[in-house]
Amino acid sequence: MRGMLLVTKRELGSYFNSIWGYIVAAVILMIDGLFFNAFSMTEEARYSFEVLRDFFYFSFGTTTIAAILLTMRLVAEEKQTNTIVLLDASPLADWQIIGGKYLSAFTFLAILILATFYMPLLVMVNGKVSMGHIFAGYLGLMLVGSSTTAIGTFASTLSRSQLVSAVIGGVITVFLLISWLLAKVAEPPLDDVLSYMSLFDKHFRTTFMEGRINTKDVVFYLSVSFAFLTMATRFFAARRWK
Amino acid sequence: MIEVRGLTRYYGDFPAVRDVSFNIGENVIVGFLGLNGAGKSTVLKVLGGLLMPSAGTVKFQGIDALDAPDSLRKKIGYLPEDPPLYKEMRVQEFLTWCGEIKGMDSASVSKRLPKVIELCDLKSVQDRIIGELSHGFKKRVGIAQAIIHQPDLVILDEPISGLDPVQIVEMRKVLKSLKSECTVLISSHILSEISQTCDRILVLHGGQIVAEGSEKELSDKLSRAPRVELVLRGDQDAAQKVADAFESVTSVKFTALQGDLFRAVVNLESDDREELVAQLIGAGLGLRAMSEDQSGELEDVFLGLTNAPDGTAGRLEAKPAKESEAVEDEASEPTDDADTAESDEEDES
Repeated sequence: MRGMLLVTKRELGSYFNSIWGYIVAAVILMIDGLFFNAFSMTEEARYSFEVLRDFFYFSFGTTTIAAILLTMRLVAEEKQTNTIVLLDASPLADWQIIGGKYLSAFTFLAILILATFYMPLLVMVNGKVSMGHIFAGYLGLMLVGSSTTAIGTFASTLSRSQLVSAVIGGVITVFLLISWLLAKVAEPPLDDVLSYMSLFDKHFRTTFMEGRINTKDVVFYLSVSFAFLTMATRFFAARRWK
Repeated sequence: MIEVRGLTRYYGDFPAVRDVSFNIGENVIVGFLGLNGAGKSTVLKVLGGLLMPSAGTVKFQGIDALDAPDSLRKKIGYLPEDPPLYKEMRVQEFLTWCGEIKGMDSASVSKRLPKVIELCDLKSVQDRIIGELSHGFKKRVGIAQAIIHQPDLVILDEPISGLDPVQIVEMRKVLKSLKSECTVLISSHILSEISQTCDRILVLHGGQIVAEGSEKELSDKLSRAPRVELVLRGDQDAAQKVADAFESVTSVKFTALQGDLFRAVVNLESDDREELVAQLIGAGLGLRAMSEDQSGELEDVFLGLTNAPDGTAGRLEAKPAKESEAVEDEASEPTDDADTAESDEEDES
């Protein structure tokens, strides 16, 4: 565990010491703010519930984009600059390296998600906010962030190019986002599988986004995170044999 | 300390290292000498636990590298040719982090750090950002990260490449000082470096060890027939007749010089040069100068063993035919640097 935390510490340092982390944070917070202003702070009278629901709707999108942008460098950059040798030559197990990198990206993303907290609080000015809705929404965003960070970490182990990693991570994420559409045209039992895999439609839209917490959705997101981290560790470990 | 038996390593279908076996003891500096693509880096990566062997065994202090790769890496320090450094970190911060990921606790790192900084002469830059350092200092930081955890084995791949002459001399001192606390393996294709730094040399070519021993032992392996260069005055035909009649002359080559002077390069089967000179003088030729081709230097040994295309290869004996084939095989690879190809393949994966 100590080894994993050491990797996390260094990776987090690299986010805060490089301009990339700040650029991603600034862009994501700006987009979040613009969306909030455009969709939630309108002249038209709306229920606080609807405003919060919309907020979590676009925050879902910005969270997935941020996760892909933050994770694309995790392993790919180390391969590109050859600093991967430091980790290869260390006694750290592969799961510690992958776990540490994932944890650093997720921690940064979590800080980014929590930095949007002022927006639901603004709703309080003119409305009545349900703290349960806010809690459920943020829990959902954290779980989505965890899953997409794991997907991005996995994608980053596949290439030495950050761009290619981002594309792979993006493709996987988009597939999981639109799988509910594919489910509509697929035959049974594939339609059920595709529908279940939907990151947004099945597990976020009708639950976390509307202030409800369903254990099945929590398990789904944690399972996606675990599955992609396991695959990332396997692919990462394979480099010693290739 | 290190026991390697039948080590083979493939990259895809390409055998970078084939059936390599050797033993290495404690507190010695061993050099891996070879041309680019000879398999040096691959052997070192396998010894460092960065790559797993395709076949064969690598034992370190009696433990098979495949049985406990993670714990063995605690005892090994590794520095590739291009030092792997996080350029945004400061030297001291980086070395502390390296010590910690190699299993040291904070107190041990704090205790060890000043010694390593002194050993690698990093005092003047210890608080600076790594990205701002010169290449020589980056190499030293690279060595420092390899030895921070007091490993029993330090592996340095091309440690002097890219250094200027002053830095090379300083690096040599650092390498020699490491010997007192651990075994050091270095690879290089710079012959003088290997001969000045190492106690023992393993010559790799085409993924195989073609020779091993000290510089002297390697030189002794080169049993070359003497070659004499003479500057003579007189009739070249008379010299040719003497050479033809002289039993141990295997070949002779004449080159006309000024006037009636000419040069004769004579290859002899045995060292009968006094007799040859006596016969030439007896035939009425004047001897102006005689010199002997320098034999037995490490460079000759290396070129001979690796069958380099400089015309010296034919002078070697006991050179297996398959090694010549290996050279051709390697030359037909898409890249002439297998080490580069290796890392590329690795990275692509």
